Amino acid sequence: MNLHEYQAKELLKKYNVPVQEGFACSTVHEAEEAYRQIKNQSGSSFAVVKAQIHAGGRGKGTVKESGINGVKVAKNIDQITEFAKGILGGTLVTIQTGPAGKVVNKILVAQDMYYDGPSERKEFYLSILLDRTKKQNVIMYSTEGGMNIEDVAHDTPEKIFKEWVHPGGPLQGFQARKIAFNLGLSGEAFKNCVKFVTNLYNAYVGLDCGMLEINPLFKAADDKIIAVDCKMNIDDNALMRHADVAAMRDTTEEDPTEVEAGNHNLNFIKLDGNVGCMVNGAGLAMATMDMIQLSGGQPANFLDVGGTANAQTVEAGFKIILKDPNVKAILINIFGGIVRCDRVAAGVIEAYKTIGDIPVPIIVRLQGTNAEEAKKLIDESGLKVQSAIQLSEAAELVKQAVA
Amino acid sequence: MSILVNKNSKVIVQGFTGTEGTFHATQMIEYGTNLVGGVTPGKGGTTHLDRPVFNTVEEAVQKAGANVSIIFVPPAFAADAIMEAANAGIELVVCITEGIPVQDMVKAKNYLVGTNTRLIGPNCPGVITAGECKVGIMPGFVFKQGRIGIVSKSGTLTYEAADQVAKAGLGVSTAVGIGGDPIIGTTTKEALELFMNDPETDAVVMIGEIGGGMEAEAARWYKENAKKPVVGFIAGQTAPPGRRMGHAGAIIGGAEDTAEAKMKIMAECGINVVASPADIGKTMAAVLGK
Repeated sequence: MNLHEYQAKELLKKYNVPVQEGFACSTVHEAEEAYRQIKNQSGSSFAVVKAQIHAGGRGKGTVKESGINGVKVAKNIDQITEFAKGILGGTLVTIQTGPAGKVVNKILVAQDMYYDGPSERKEFYLSILLDRTKKQNVIMYSTEGGMNIEDVAHDTPEKIFKEWVHPGGPLQGFQARKIAFNLGLSGEAFKNCVKFVTNLYNAYVGLDCGMLEINPLFKAADDKIIAVDCKMNIDDNALMRHADVAAMRDTTEEDPTEVEAGNHNLNFIKLDGNVGCMVNGAGLAMATMDMIQLSGGQPANFLDVGGTANAQTVEAGFKIILKDPNVKAILINIFGGIVRCDRVAAGVIEAYKTIGDIPVPIIVRLQGTNAEEAKKLIDESGLKVQSAIQLSEAAELVKQAVA
Repeated sequence: MSILVNKNSKVIVQGFTGTEGTFHATQMIEYGTNLVGGVTPGKGGTTHLDRPVFNTVEEAVQKAGANVSIIFVPPAFAADAIMEAANAGIELVVCITEGIPVQDMVKAKNYLVGTNTRLIGPNCPGVITAGECKVGIMPGFVFKQGRIGIVSKSGTLTYEAADQVAKAGLGVSTAVGIGGDPIIGTTTKEALELFMNDPETDAVVMIGEIGGGMEAEAARWYKENAKKPVVGFIAGQTAPPGRRMGHAGAIIGGAEDTAEAKMKIMAECGINVVASPADIGKTMAAVLGK
């Protein structure tokens, strides 16, 4: 599950990780109020307005309707009003959103951290994620902050450092010091960085993050170390023990069809093709999509119905797939192990009858327990459903359907 | 003896008396698995399915001589169950549970270092040695006895492969579902190595999917250690990058994560790669000249 920047920062504060302070606002009025508070607290008339969407590249992206960038520095209250009006409710298009963009429902009005002071300001990069090969969490960091880390990795790989953390304990002191040294810090900034990194790692583990990225990790002119931006992803499997975090889910950021499928316990991902599919098991579902492509079609979706392919799940699956006008045929591929094929077939027939006339050809491939009985049920149902037992037969039927 | 399990394996079920545990324990007993009991904390001393229930895995090892365990406990407690089994000296732990938090598995995986315990899974269908012993949730009848080994990240795709192998006039020695999570116990390469050294296996079907580097690792090992033919398939040629395709580990992050990249590496290492999942069985028959 992805979180918004403002939500991630709230969570980091609970782990004593210093963040750029601010207020999440849904209206222009709230933004103006937030600005007044920030101005009172910081004494500076500068503040930053940041669009809250689940995609990066906001600063360079533009809101379609107003032409304003997704991140703006305001010098006074009038600019706050202008930017809030221009961003809130608008559609922000960034390199990560695609041309359709994403509607901005909230903005973060935050203090400006780029104030003057005795030392030089610096932007670093730091992220924590799982290294699947080493089976350990790894901290990746670089002196080259504020820019696209993929570019840094490509152009100057020597500027990216990695620190693996032993699964038996927390981040050790020597590791935190090493990170601060490698970032070229000394004095107060060094001490602040050691604390920052130690607490950040605790947050990563404590919150069951899948990925935690701070870019830029900022050294202010008074040697404070601060998370100016934060991208946080939470392991879906761990949400059961973080009810407060689970409640932060913003379904408006997700595909509405995928949300609906989730409500029916279906695992659905929308794709751009012309052949819908419904399969039991994630691996077989991906393999079925591949087979559709090899047969001359393009998969319209990924849909894993899991271990319980009954009339209700099949009906829900049909309805979700049929929402897509590009679908020219639907392939149901079930390998019945514990679940019996004749029961799945009965479910398909029942679901078909409940929905009424389905406008596209349906191909049902049922293999495994009671496959022959299932084929007979389908063939004798009188419905416009073609049946197959072998996967190669199903592939041939798909080929005919899309020809 | 095929690999991992056989008719002499003494199997216990962790999460024995729950719905899942009860259902699949019954199925395993029907298949002929030597199921010697189960563990449900707090229900020790009772019997279930005519077999003793123990409070701890340690007790099951001492009193019933268990050396294999299958885990059906809920996700929040599954990593703990794995560590308990390892601590009690269980040689093979098969964890079926789906949805274990990744950080829990990081800990459990580390806990296994230096022990004699091998973990299969989690989020897997288990292990079956055809005709002898089923430690999993797969439909037993699909696995006709024979001399083909199967290692796979996916459940139903394993059944598909076993079925096609049977239709091609061949059969299965052992099938291992290693699971689709980011952190798992036994890797593709480790299972492949076991098959290469198994006198009762003549050839191997290796099924992978997008995400992670296990297939490439297995292929590179195979290039140096090939003794028997391998037929390979990678699911997810049409999967979009950055999306989790059902399995927690099935996500394209980097360049070597894609099906295309994995299939290329596998082919270069001498594996017979099939593009369509419908061709697994007939390709195996062709490779073996049958």
